[in-house]
Amino acid sequence: MNPRKDLITIGALSDEDIRTILESTSAMKDIFTKSVKKVPALKGKSVLTLFYEPSTRTRSSFEVAAHRLSADVTTFTVSTSSVVKGESVHDTIDTLMSMKMDYIIVRHKNSGIPAVIARHCKAAVINAGDGSHAHPSQAFLDAFTIKEKYGEVAGKRVVIIGDILHSRVARSTSTILRRLGAEVAYMGPGPLVPPQQHTGIARFTNWDQIFEWKPDVIYLLRVQNERIDTPFFPAADYHQAFGVTEERLKRIDDLNMSIMHPGPVNRGVEICDAAMEYRNCLINNQVENGIAARMSILYHLTPQTQCHD
Amino acid sequence: MPTISSEEIERALDAWGAQLVQKMSARDDEQWAIVGIVSHGDVLARRLVQKIEKAGHKALYGAIDITLYRDDLDLRGKRPALRSSHLPFSTDDLTLVLVDDVLSTGRTARAALEVLWEYGRPARVEFHCLTDRGGRQLPIHPDYVAFDLSASQTDKVQVRLNEIDGAEDITY
Repeated sequence: MNPRKDLITIGALSDEDIRTILESTSAMKDIFTKSVKKVPALKGKSVLTLFYEPSTRTRSSFEVAAHRLSADVTTFTVSTSSVVKGESVHDTIDTLMSMKMDYIIVRHKNSGIPAVIARHCKAAVINAGDGSHAHPSQAFLDAFTIKEKYGEVAGKRVVIIGDILHSRVARSTSTILRRLGAEVAYMGPGPLVPPQQHTGIARFTNWDQIFEWKPDVIYLLRVQNERIDTPFFPAADYHQAFGVTEERLKRIDDLNMSIMHPGPVNRGVEICDAAMEYRNCLINNQVENGIAARMSILYHLTPQTQCHD
Repeated sequence: MPTISSEEIERALDAWGAQLVQKMSARDDEQWAIVGIVSHGDVLARRLVQKIEKAGHKALYGAIDITLYRDDLDLRGKRPALRSSHLPFSTDDLTLVLVDDVLSTGRTARAALEVLWEYGRPARVEFHCLTDRGGRQLPIHPDYVAFDLSASQTDKVQVRLNEIDGAEDITY
């Protein structure tokens, strides 16, 4: 893979970049089986997690990944109430530049903020989710989880279910899966699924169409609480209309499909309790693979802070 | 450029395997593992294990990728590709034979030693290599060398093995 400073979107990567990061993810996973679960690859490097939006999973996953590469990690917590304006981001960039960080991992509720920071910093910047725009590390762990389960991504069918329109996970994950040769379809409440002519991605409206299409993977998105009980998301109806109910789980089992979810799950909304114990439920694999994928991303990015001249 | 043929490599591996079997017979209270450095040392290690088993002895097989332990990661613009390691056992109390295709500066061997210690605390480690082209920069001395090319003043030794390259020879 050619030297690349930042990871902002999947779209910005070459096919070779995607392939290299995925291949190295598997080697990173080998590290977890050693008695010392660490390698010295990023010894002496500093990693900052800068989260303007609450996140436990993604942030701790990045932190564990950085620790396993022997980097030093600093957590920069930005209270949501004090700063969210554009000017503040620029002030923060100045602060970060002075701290001489090598890697900055950013999450922000506004799309485009990680790209702005990347342009102004010598540090390698990783987008850990910006607005409804992109979440590329999630895309890598999803693609790797499918590759690990099926041997390859090409030719696999994946249906993504939920609020597609506002989902950065849907956007990034469908992009990487299609780049790798998978077929992707969307399903969810009508107003929240973009029409096929805009995305080139088939749009289903109900489970019957899904079972007829016979996907390999059912990918559930988290129903975001703030959208529940708006006209788009009548809470009581969502599970019946779009969730994996016990009845649907039986068909999923018969057809030997896998279930994935970026977490955290809302039991009883997008997924029933029994589905969490289902033999082809890959949610825990996704968490483990998330660490390996993020190690691979950190390893392959090259900050411009390492100048020796 | 001088070439060593596949027949010569095969004969050298026979002698190499025989020497290992002899050592193992002399120290049959030790548990042995042959660990190759990816991507050619692992192939040699697997062949040596086969020869050892044929002679009625037992040795574990392992393969390690040392890329993440290199001392020059920051000096290269591009990160080298990673390959899978396969060491499904603790190295505690084992006699390890580390195998590589080309020994030169000794930096790879240094990194490999660091890797081995992260899988446990071996009792003893030997370092064996197919070729030695000289140019050592570290205090690393091989316990076994199949082809000593250090007098040839070469700065490039290319080893090809059937399993990986579809052809087999050494050019230097």
